[in-house]
Amino acid sequence: MEKRQALNALSGVLFGLGLVAFFDETVFHQLLYWHHFYDKSTTDIGLVSDGIFHSFSWFATIASLFMFADLRRKNVFYGKRWIGGILTGAGAFQLYDGTVQHKLMGLHQIRYGVNILPYDLVWNITAAAMLAAGIMLLIKTRHGVKADA
Amino acid sequence: MHSHHESASVFNWAQLILALPFLMAWFLYLLAAFTSKKKWPLYRIVLWTFGISLSLISVIGPLAERSHTDFNAHMLSHLFLGMLAPLLLSLSAPLTLAFRSLSVQIGRKLSKLLKSKPLKIAVHPLAASILNIGGLWVLYTTGLYGLMHEHKWIYVLVHVHIFLAGYLFTIAFLYIDPVSKRYSFKFRAAVLILAFAGHGILSKFIYANPPAGVPVKQAETAGMLMYYGGDVIDILIIVVFCYQWYHASRQGTSLSQANPS
Repeated sequence: MEKRQALNALSGVLFGLGLVAFFDETVFHQLLYWHHFYDKSTTDIGLVSDGIFHSFSWFATIASLFMFADLRRKNVFYGKRWIGGILTGAGAFQLYDGTVQHKLMGLHQIRYGVNILPYDLVWNITAAAMLAAGIMLLIKTRHGVKADA
Repeated sequence: MHSHHESASVFNWAQLILALPFLMAWFLYLLAAFTSKKKWPLYRIVLWTFGISLSLISVIGPLAERSHTDFNAHMLSHLFLGMLAPLLLSLSAPLTLAFRSLSVQIGRKLSKLLKSKPLKIAVHPLAASILNIGGLWVLYTTGLYGLMHEHKWIYVLVHVHIFLAGYLFTIAFLYIDPVSKRYSFKFRAAVLILAFAGHGILSKFIYANPPAGVPVKQAETAGMLMYYGGDVIDILIIVVFCYQWYHASRQGTSLSQANPS
């Protein structure tokens, strides 16, 4: 029983992480061109961290959807907990990206040639809010055994 | 790098050497598939034909010619020869077809060869990743890329390596054909993520540090082509991988309990 609880959360977390990475790539890199493909000031560790997260996020997105199908197949899908997982994964990754990768590792900035502070604030506050909401949902659904699929 | 105005004629024999094995493999596969007593699935024949065609496009003809002077053309042929073609070819299960068509004696010899030590080591996910991704790092961060265009035999060897390492890499993670030893899904997943990361990091490294003789603008577009083109093929590999995982866990109670073999 605990295993299925953990798997519902894990599938959500992985999907949330992949979702943010996908959003980042399509909206900020490809559509708006706000992010740079490669910032000449990027540190080696920033490049490695970016590479691993990029690769992991594709794997996470696809694996989480197969996990979702597996939970549905076994009739143990728990939607609320899954959404809690999504918010947690999305918030955690965006917060890590906005603080550690953008600031500490200097991977790239959200936008160039403008006052970056408002952008950074919006980015990280949204991330923290998603993370908090996700964790709260996960705590609330900790003991829920009934599948609401 | 010196000029390559003569490359079209100079590289002819190199192109022929690289193209012939693919043509032979295509012919043998079709022969085996159509003479097989049990019906061999049509989609596999189609996949095989696509895979062979992509390999041929990368080693012979206009794209191969252009890749001597244009780094973008080189990168596109690299994506075909080292990633997409190996995936298509491994999905068409050539070994399974071979075992079905060969006589028992030759089949035994083949399976003995597959179980030999060097091949067993080569299909270990870590070894296959190092041969594949490590090989690319060597190619683009040393003088090898420049040398390859000055010496035909290096050019041939590099291309043979790109294809074989790509194929080895694919069969080390996706078990379509029989393999000597199967590794767990979790272990393969972890190594796969690191290997893809190595490919992505190299793409961005090339963007910022062009290989010797490659103009900056070309290195930038080629780096992006390698990055996003690599993504597309990575996604295909991950989908097949996760599908195998999902399929194997049918009996178990959860994905995490799924065991291979």
